[in-house]
Order: sequence, then structure tokens, then C-alpha cells
Amino acid sequence: MSKMVQVPSKSIVPERDVDKTPILETHHLGIDFGGLTAVDDLTLAVGRTEIAGLIGPNGAGKTTVFNLLTNVYSPTRGTILLDGKSTAGKSTAQVNRMGIARTFQNIRLFSDMSVIDNVKVGLHNSVKESLISNFTHSFGFKKSEKEYTSRALELLDFFKMADLAYEEAGSLPYGAQRRLEIVRALATNPGIVLLDEPAAGMNPSETAELMNNIRKIRDTFNIAVLLIEHDMNLVMNICEGICVLDHGKVIAKGTPDEIKQNPKVIEAYLGKKREG
Amino acid sequence: MLKKYKNLSNYARTSISTYGIILLAFVILFPLQQAGALSYSFSGMLVPICAYIVMAISLNLTVGVLGELSLGHAGFMSIGAFSGAIAAVSLGNGTPDVLRLVLGVLIGGVLAGISGLLIGIPVLRLKGDYLAIVTLAFGEIIKNIVNCLYVGVDAAGLHFSMTDVASLHMTNGTVILKGPQGAVGIPKVASFLSGIILILITLFVVINLVHSRTGRAIKAIRNNQIAAESVGISITKYKMIAFITSAALAGMAGAMYAMNYSSIVAKKFDFNTSILILVFVVLGGMGKFFGTIVATTVLYMLPEIFREFGEYRMLIYAVVLIVVMLATNSSGAKMLKDKIVDFVKNLFARSKNKKVEAGGADSE
Repeated sequence: MSKMVQVPSKSIVPERDVDKTPILETHHLGIDFGGLTAVDDLTLAVGRTEIAGLIGPNGAGKTTVFNLLTNVYSPTRGTILLDGKSTAGKSTAQVNRMGIARTFQNIRLFSDMSVIDNVKVGLHNSVKESLISNFTHSFGFKKSEKEYTSRALELLDFFKMADLAYEEAGSLPYGAQRRLEIVRALATNPGIVLLDEPAAGMNPSETAELMNNIRKIRDTFNIAVLLIEHDMNLVMNICEGICVLDHGKVIAKGTPDEIKQNPKVIEAYLGKKREG
Repeated sequence: MLKKYKNLSNYARTSISTYGIILLAFVILFPLQQAGALSYSFSGMLVPICAYIVMAISLNLTVGVLGELSLGHAGFMSIGAFSGAIAAVSLGNGTPDVLRLVLGVLIGGVLAGISGLLIGIPVLRLKGDYLAIVTLAFGEIIKNIVNCLYVGVDAAGLHFSMTDVASLHMTNGTVILKGPQGAVGIPKVASFLSGIILILITLFVVINLVHSRTGRAIKAIRNNQIAAESVGISITKYKMIAFITSAALAGMAGAMYAMNYSSIVAKKFDFNTSILILVFVVLGGMGKFFGTIVATTVLYMLPEIFREFGEYRMLIYAVVLIVVMLATNSSGAKMLKDKIVDFVKNLFARSKNKKVEAGGADSE
């Protein structure tokens, strides 16, 4: 029995240079909120087609790192290089256009818009339409809208959501909402996608499907994935590199096997072994 | 047929229903008005109703689609009204009425749009209550500026002053704007037909905008600003597009409104007017244009219809307003409405079945 493998069109998967230089680098990144240092001296690199994990106990500063990478917060110290270019001074929207897309820990969909419109908003910067065509619905409007619809449907179809295209996004079941957030992020044609707890609230079969999807994203779109996750089964199974954060500091970096054996990581998660 | 209508896209449905009701109103009322069959007071309300429908649709773009509360929409109407009036008077009696009207409306729209741009730059950085308060202040400022502005025109061009008529330094020109007395000698060139055309233009612009790339970005910002930014949408740009479009349309409505009267005062466009328009929008439904048209027409005419109640008129108006608000928003009333809709549908279905049984050709 041969398995049908879907091949996405060139329009949603542009050709990429997949050499080994990192797509995302941070150097001594840090941020203070008043007197509190939330993240300090974070140096990491994510390869061009790497699936990387960012883990750590609650309150370690993982989501803060995502907010730093997308310039929701501007860092107090350090630099972020995306594809070799610094993102300092850019707005969140500009950083997205440079190639970072993300999902959110607490789902942030455009909930009273349809599923396909959510994806079309994601495609906003990939398909251009002039303002005059928007006011008049002529001057090439039909053509560009057709492109929007076909690309959005192709992306949705890739994640088996095409049949939900005209449902209201807010009325979707939880798992589908999480999936739609990922589709919307991919629609912006990023070089790296940041997933903030993609498996939160999912049952084991949904998590297994998610793991497949994450691999599929990397393999077909040829992009990097950086994810925050508490589900260790998922992290150890799909991540190639893991960075462990505790109290805003990196306590370990390495492959899943190295991380599993690292005494510092065990201590951060389970506490110190009592003497005697 | 009903089924076919339901299967249409949202864009087609909104277009058909809104253009439809406006054209229907025109087809019915225009011949009656020409024949002189309408009462004097009703006939006089036609252009103001058209202007207020445009006001409400444009405010719905800011409040319903963009999701920002603006309490100064009458300010833009005021700018449009007075600049339109000044333009129409300065063109002189030699100019054809249509040209005076069109230029007046265009100039009103452009100036209101420019003021929308100027006020939008600082204001759209604010959120929620702050934005509401600043737009409220904007409306009051416009009212007070116009209240002490004197404008005249003579052979040398336009003259402006903030003190009195004498300081305009004119030699046998016409004074257009006389401070608290308002604009005088405006040509009454607005007609029901022009009002309908302005509504149709407004609907065309707003409905097209909402169902486009720009419209999706605007709706995304209302839904979730953080998520919209994260997918690369420039928040300020799209807020400005919505706000300026809304202001320009309000200015056009203001100019049309002014040119229905021979004189007009700044006090007409105060906070109460802004609130009145907001009531039309809220009652008509956020982001819903058909509802806005109906709500504006009904609510604008109610005080007139209640005139026979004498001094209790506004009291009854308020009671009706509260009842309608409750009826459109409570779950009990919604269930009742659904029941009635089902009942009517069944009635239609039954009569159709009878037709089929009787051997008549099915219309679908």
C-alpha cells in the first residue's frame, strides 16, 4: 500500500536556502522589569531547518523570550539576529515581515472572523492589493482575491482543515483552534515559527497528531521551529536541540539525551536531593 | 429564493439588502415627493435622514468594524457642513446648482478627511475610554472654533477673522459665517435625489472596503490587536485608513446636510448629535449596515411622529429606545423572534406546497 504524500505548490512553499547557518541567533539577551531580571544572558542559535525546544519550570521566562524575539518587549541588553540581520528597533509587525511568526499560549485567533479569513489575514503581506482596488473592488481585485482564496485553501487543506474554511474561528473545537493558529502563522511565510505550548490542553492522540504536523512543517516548508512545551514526551521526541531555562538563565543546552541526564535540569524540575 | 439568498456570500447579501432598501425607498418616495403627495414636514426630513444615514454608516466603520469608540463624529460633520457651505456660497449664483452641490460636498469631505488625519495621528495611539474622551473633546473644540469664526468672500477671495465682521476688512463682499449666528445665505441645492446618491456612494465605499484585504486587517485589529501585529499588520496604518474614510464620509454628509438649509449654526453639531448618531449605530447593530439604515430612519422620524404627545414626546422617545434595546438584545426576545420567523417560513412553505399540488410551475 503506498501512502499518498501531499506536495504543496510553490506558491505556499517558496524555495529556501537550507544550509547550516543559523536562522535565529541571540547574543547575551536580557530584559529587566523594574528591579526584576526576567531573562539574563541568553545566547542561543536555531538552525535553518531545526526543531528546537525551550523548556523550563513555570515562571522561568520562556514566554518572555518569545516576546523578546518578536519585539513585543524590547531587550534591555543583547542582540537578536534573524538571518544575520539585527531586529533592534523594529516593530512586532516588521519583525514578522523579516521572518518570525508565532502562536500564543492563550489562543489569540480573530474569533468572529471565518477560518479562511484568519488565514487570509496571515497572507496579508504575501499578496498585495492596492488601496484603490479595495475601495472599488475592481482594478485587479478579483484576481488578487482569487489568489488569496486559493492559497488560503491550500494551506488549510495541508492541515486537513479545508472543510472548516467557512466556519467561524471562535466556534472551532480547541484542538482545531490551536491548529488554525499555526496555519495562520505559516501563512506569513516565515523562516522560523515560534510555538508557545502547542500541546497545552490536548489529549494524547491530538498530541501525536501535533508531533506529526510539526515534523511536516519542517520537512515541507523547510523552516525552523522553536517551541515552548511542558509535555516532555513531545519535546524529547521531536526536538533536535533543547535549551533549558530556569529563573531567566540558561542552565543547560544540548540534545534530548544530554538534557535528560543533566543533573542541573533534574534539580530545576524536581528539586535538590536531600543530603544524608 | 430565500435559500438562494442565504447561500450568497456575506458581501453579496449586505450589498443586495442595503442597496435594495435604499433604491426601494427612492422608487416609492421620489414620485410621491414630485407629485407633492408628501406632507411638508416629512418632505423636509428626507435630506436630513439621508445625511444621518451616511453619518451612521461612516461611524459604524469606526465603532463597529474598527472597534474604536468615537464620541466626536458630529465634529467631522460640522467641518464638512461649514466648509461645504463656504465653498457653495463663494462659487456664487452664476454657477450651476449641481456643480455647487458636488464641489461643496467634495470640499467638505476632503477637509473633514484631513482633520481626521490630523486628529487621528495622536488619538489612535490611545485605547478604549481615552480615545472616547479625546474625540469628545475634539467635537467640542470644533464647535467652539466655528462659534467664533467669521468668514466672508469678496472679489479678492476669502477673508477670515476670529473677532467680528468688521475685522474681515471687506469691500462690499458677502459674509458667509457670522460666528454664533452661524453660516447664512447658503444655497438650498441639496435634494432627495442627491441624498440617495450620497448614501449609495457611501455604501459602495464602506461595504467594498470591509470585504477586502484592508477590511480584513481592520477587523483583525478589532478582534485581537496583538495577534494582528504578530502576523505583520501595521496597526496605525489600518486604523488611520478606517478613521479617515469615516471622517471624510461624515464631512460629505455634513455638507449635504448644510445645503438643505439656508442657514446653519455650530451648536447643531454638538455632543448630543454625536451621541444620537452613536445610538443609531448601536441600535442598528455593530458592523451591520442594513440595520443602521433602518435604525437611523426610524429613530430620526420617531420624535416627529410623537409630536401629538406634546411635551411628553421625548419621554416616549426614551421609553421606545429602551424597549427596542431590550428587545433586540435579550435572549427571551430573540427566542420569540425566531419563533415568529419560523412561523412565517412555515406559512410560506405551506402556500408553496399548495401551489405545487395545484399544478402550478415551481418558481425556483
